[in-house]
Amino acid sequence: MPTHNHMPLRIEALVKRFGGVTAVDGISLEVKAGESFGLLGPNGAGKSTLIRSIVGRVRPNSGRILVYGEPAESPSARAALGWVPQELAVYPRLTSRENLAAFGRYHGLAGNELQQAIAWCLEWAALADRADEVVNRLSGGMKRRLNMAAGLIHRPRTVLMDEPTVGVDPQSRLRIFEMIEGLRREGMAVIYTTHYMEEAERLCDRIAIVDHGRIIALGTSDELIHSAFGSRREVAVRFADSGEPGAAWMEQHGGRRVNGMAHFTVEQPAEIATLLQGAARQGFEVLDVTLHRPNLESVFLHLTGRELRE
Amino acid sequence: MIPAIIQTALTSLRRDRGALALSFVLPVAFFTIFAVIFGGRRDATPRITVLVVDEDRSAASERLVKGLENERSLHAELRPAPKKGAEQPEYTAITAEAAVRAGDAPVAVVIPHGFGLAPISFGEESNRVAVQLLRDSSDMVASQVIAGLLQKVAMTAMPDIMVEQGTRALDQYSGGLTPEQRRRMDEAIASLRNAPAGNGEGNSQDASDSFGAGILGVRTRDVVGENKNNPMVSFYAAAIGVMFLLFTASGAAGALLDEAESGTLDRVLSSRVTMTSLLAGKVCYNTLLAFVQLVVMFLWGWAVFKLDLWSHIPGFIVMGLCTALAVATFGMLLASLCPTRAQLGALSTLVILIMSSIGGSMFPRFLMPPAMQKAGLMTINAWAIDGFTKVFWRDEPVTHLWPQVAVLLVTAAALFVIARRLSRRWEYA
Repeated sequence: MPTHNHMPLRIEALVKRFGGVTAVDGISLEVKAGESFGLLGPNGAGKSTLIRSIVGRVRPNSGRILVYGEPAESPSARAALGWVPQELAVYPRLTSRENLAAFGRYHGLAGNELQQAIAWCLEWAALADRADEVVNRLSGGMKRRLNMAAGLIHRPRTVLMDEPTVGVDPQSRLRIFEMIEGLRREGMAVIYTTHYMEEAERLCDRIAIVDHGRIIALGTSDELIHSAFGSRREVAVRFADSGEPGAAWMEQHGGRRVNGMAHFTVEQPAEIATLLQGAARQGFEVLDVTLHRPNLESVFLHLTGRELRE
Repeated sequence: MIPAIIQTALTSLRRDRGALALSFVLPVAFFTIFAVIFGGRRDATPRITVLVVDEDRSAASERLVKGLENERSLHAELRPAPKKGAEQPEYTAITAEAAVRAGDAPVAVVIPHGFGLAPISFGEESNRVAVQLLRDSSDMVASQVIAGLLQKVAMTAMPDIMVEQGTRALDQYSGGLTPEQRRRMDEAIASLRNAPAGNGEGNSQDASDSFGAGILGVRTRDVVGENKNNPMVSFYAAAIGVMFLLFTASGAAGALLDEAESGTLDRVLSSRVTMTSLLAGKVCYNTLLAFVQLVVMFLWGWAVFKLDLWSHIPGFIVMGLCTALAVATFGMLLASLCPTRAQLGALSTLVILIMSSIGGSMFPRFLMPPAMQKAGLMTINAWAIDGFTKVFWRDEPVTHLWPQVAVLLVTAAALFVIARRLSRRWEYA
């Protein structure tokens, strides 16, 4: 039986290959009780494969996954974990209530316990007034919320959410954030994958940046930014097509070009003037300049040379 | 513009294997099946099995039996096939009737005692002993053919007796033959008597038509279905029912593919539900659905076509549930075989229509050549229809359904095991 002494999740050197493609390449991590843990990375980084391995839907080639000290495939681990898949994995011709009842029964709930769980989920997802509406007739945001509620019907202690805001309008996204923050207040451990850095910054205590199946950085948002940039700030410069700097000049100034923008870092704002004067001397035409505090997007860019949403 | 539209459509068709199969394979397959059954290929013409009982043991009856045995279009059986190498006793009127009841043959010919005294007659029929034709009225073709062939065989196998009886009639009604005429007739009859028995080379249609009223007395009796209101209703309720059950079952099993595509299957399998229990649950549901479909069909048959449902309830339930289980597992096998709904639709249409045509859902199997009748036994349709026929047509007790029940249950178990193995692809990535 899982005990409260064990961590909700412990992954050791996990590897998963699909043919010649290595989707997860030796990932190790731990998630503490009550922690909200983010997996941030671009599409195809291996986040979903990692989540699906944890819930037993993918069989790893090697490595170990322990849920509260028990192997992930054990019944006790399954009971302790809730999973919100990226797809809308609900029955479209059933109502919200019927969907929750079905998934509750699949988890072994019955009678009063089931009814209470359904009531809690409907309340949590703000679907109580649409409980008897067939899913096909619900809005996109409501379907997403039902999709999340179905993953929590058996009241797990840890929930894995795989990009739950995909295709959701901004208003519904805010509501989903509030739902997740509600779970955090209740002390539930949340593992959250996303390729939106603002979601990771808002919802997660610690973040693992994942790329090509590996964790390339791990820590709190501030730790990640500090380890990549220290106290430096980021300057993004757009040059005119006719007067772009060459690779040698970029390298000399510690810059890199991503999607038509040149990115530099400066310790003091005054360094911007030096940078721009140098560019002017070379005849490079500057269109606009922005100075900002580095964020997780900048960290990813700094570590991989690519943007998160590429 | 038009060539561009044609090119786009052709490219799409080329990549849709299901549509391609439905467009080209299904019509050819159907054409072949119908051509083999009804196309009159000489080497595949079905021979009608007829059980022959000679109670008379006279020269005339023996020649009639020989004539029937030599008839090409018949397969005359005097005794059942040997069991474990031991020859079986010849059929009697009772055992032959039982065999027809059991469906071993569609018709039995019984030549009763006294037949040889006046085998054929041109005059009053009161003095001749009629041959008995015991038939299963579900096979409307066989008994008609036999009745005609009996008249033909009477002529070709017993020409001397025919002439003798004709001469007697002439003698009686014409005022008497002269001694010289009688002597010549006797010589002709003697020469006919020594001639070989009919070899069936004659034109059977002409014979049966010309002597339809009969020089040979024939008394036909339905030993199966004699009290049925509407003989073919129960057959078609089962035959059409099974075909549509197969379609429904494959459609219902396709829900698994929808769930796999939407991700619901993954979510279900991440709970306490295992793949085996999921498949078992779906088979149970699809079995119940198929059974309810059969109930509706037979209730309709009872209400509209006076099908005698209520006195066959136990047999109906046994056959209904076994058939429903077999079609449910068949649907599950098809679903677990196909990667997409579209492919399932194409494959199930192809397979189910072919199964239904050779399995007897579209026309009775007794109309088919023997090889195709045997091939039909590879289908769920044939065993289900045979079982329902036993219940509703032959009024056989439930215990007699064991071969059909056993085959359907074993088939269901085998299909489930295969479907389970194929469904591994959904289990883990």
